[in-house]
Amino acid sequence: MISVKMKKGSSITDKIFKYVAIGAATYVLVIIAMIVINLTTGSAQIWQQEGISFLTGSDWNSVEGRESYGAAPYIMGTLVNAGIAMAISVPLSFGIAMFLSELAPKLLRTPLAMVIELLAAVPSVVYGLWGLLVFRTYIQNWIEVPLHNLFGDQSIIFAGTPFGLDIFTASVVLAIMIVPTIASISKEIMLAVPNSQREAAYMLGATKWEVFRIAVLPYSKSGLIGATILGLGRAVGETMAVTMLIGNATGAAAFPSSLFAPGQTLASIMANEFAEASQGGLHLAALIGVGLILFMMAFAINVVAHLLVSKVVKSHEGAVLA
Amino acid sequence: MITVEQRTEFRKHFRYNVGRRLVLDKIVKGAVFVCVLVAIVPLIAILVNVFSNGASALSWEFLTQVPGAVGSDDPGGIGPAIQGTLVLIGLSSLIGVPVGVMGGIFLSEYGNNRYGRTVRFFNDVLAEFPTIVIGVFTFVLIVLTFGDFSVWAGSFALSIIMLPIIMRTTEESLKLVPVTYREAGYALGIRRWKVVFTIVLSSARSGLVTGILLSVARIAGETAPLVFTILGSSQFIQDFSGPVDALPLRIWRLSSLPYDSAVAQGWGGAFILIIIVLSINIGVRYLFLQKKGQTLLKFRKLGSV
Repeated sequence: MISVKMKKGSSITDKIFKYVAIGAATYVLVIIAMIVINLTTGSAQIWQQEGISFLTGSDWNSVEGRESYGAAPYIMGTLVNAGIAMAISVPLSFGIAMFLSELAPKLLRTPLAMVIELLAAVPSVVYGLWGLLVFRTYIQNWIEVPLHNLFGDQSIIFAGTPFGLDIFTASVVLAIMIVPTIASISKEIMLAVPNSQREAAYMLGATKWEVFRIAVLPYSKSGLIGATILGLGRAVGETMAVTMLIGNATGAAAFPSSLFAPGQTLASIMANEFAEASQGGLHLAALIGVGLILFMMAFAINVVAHLLVSKVVKSHEGAVLA
Repeated sequence: MITVEQRTEFRKHFRYNVGRRLVLDKIVKGAVFVCVLVAIVPLIAILVNVFSNGASALSWEFLTQVPGAVGSDDPGGIGPAIQGTLVLIGLSSLIGVPVGVMGGIFLSEYGNNRYGRTVRFFNDVLAEFPTIVIGVFTFVLIVLTFGDFSVWAGSFALSIIMLPIIMRTTEESLKLVPVTYREAGYALGIRRWKVVFTIVLSSARSGLVTGILLSVARIAGETAPLVFTILGSSQFIQDFSGPVDALPLRIWRLSSLPYDSAVAQGWGGAFILIIIVLSINIGVRYLFLQKKGQTLLKFRKLGSV
């Protein structure tokens, strides 16, 4: 007789393995919690000193004895900069996504999609370098100067001497940077629409555009909104390219008034002034406080985006099964 | 009952309508095509500019020498920056890869519950964080505590950036391994941890490698967190707890200098950085696509597809 000896339960090594895996996963949550704690303690000094006026004030003075900090211009600058970039890049990205998922011939589809994905991988400092050394002169001579000459007198938006290093240039380069991101996510979401939806619309005699409008768009709407918000999150947090191009105004001068005036964002003020801030000083606490504001904004944006995207993915799984 | 008059009326309306719809269709197609052109032109221009301006700056001295004094006749090279980037990638992989892979194993093997969903969600959120916030966090946590900018701080910041990418790709590629593989292992009496390490991980090898390489490509180009953690330097690394240089940081510093030689060096640095990032990306895609074909072929031979 061969006797088979059964081992009961899971072995100790299995348990250790499981707990190591759980530990590694928990590390992510710990990191996020530590980010919140460290940024809060690091910036405690500025909140005590300035209170709510750190959010609403517009003074930014780091001269010792007259120190005063208010981040409102940078919050506005971040929102305006990201807003303009989104206004340019979202229609372009949806156009590209529609082309790739609905219109492009098979031969063109794969290479074009690959080029777009590769461009999403290009580091932002390279975009910044290109914007500073090449794109700046083109945008100054061909777009900013004509617009300023035409409308500069009537509208404050185009007032200000076009110099090339301003909110407009930073926003356009930012838009160029986030097009690949939004386009490739939107393409995936449009491709996830089941073909049966399209075929049903074709059967009713719809043209390509009508198929897109009545079959693809409603099905992928919340996913496309999610992709847009993900792009917004990236635009808000983008540092290097914006720092190199936005012109770096400080204090009340950084309030975005004209497209052709220098500005400042939350991320760029940190990168710019970090080297000047002495350790333990109020200036450093102010910069960390700016980091905390940026963290809150990005966190809220990303949570909303992921809730929307995951909802779409779930409903797609359901649709495939049904 | 539809009368004959109604029918002709309908046909007239239909013809007019079809004409209009076809025109609208053409207009939209044209607009989409213009979108593609408008977006592609600057993107191609960036690549062309970096390649044409950067290639002329390359030389052996440029790659290996330390930078010369600012504004002097001898611009020197970017050797410390290249060395620093390689060291940073290596050290941050030492933290990011094991933790990321283990976390991915948790999500795929044990993560089908509430806790798994929570971790997955926050992992996705962390992946999209502004990297400058991670830099400031590391600055407060490590640089302020130990009092100096260091390779360690930079590596820690970069490991946080690569962690969510590796975790997510590991999970996705482990989930692609059929359950039957695992069951075959269990049937042979192999322990669960051994099944995961020997059967599941090796079946998902190409996916794992893809995730790790993509995360390396991502951190190679990160600048913002490094500003707060390694500061930059013009010397080769002497001490791991002192400031170092990195390629993206050097490009940023060079771009703000008003000398032609600095600008040329900036382009050269950008060229090398882009070559690193794009070759990893293209290589991974090529490798992965080929692997996918091979496994598919294997399945066909086994008769399961």
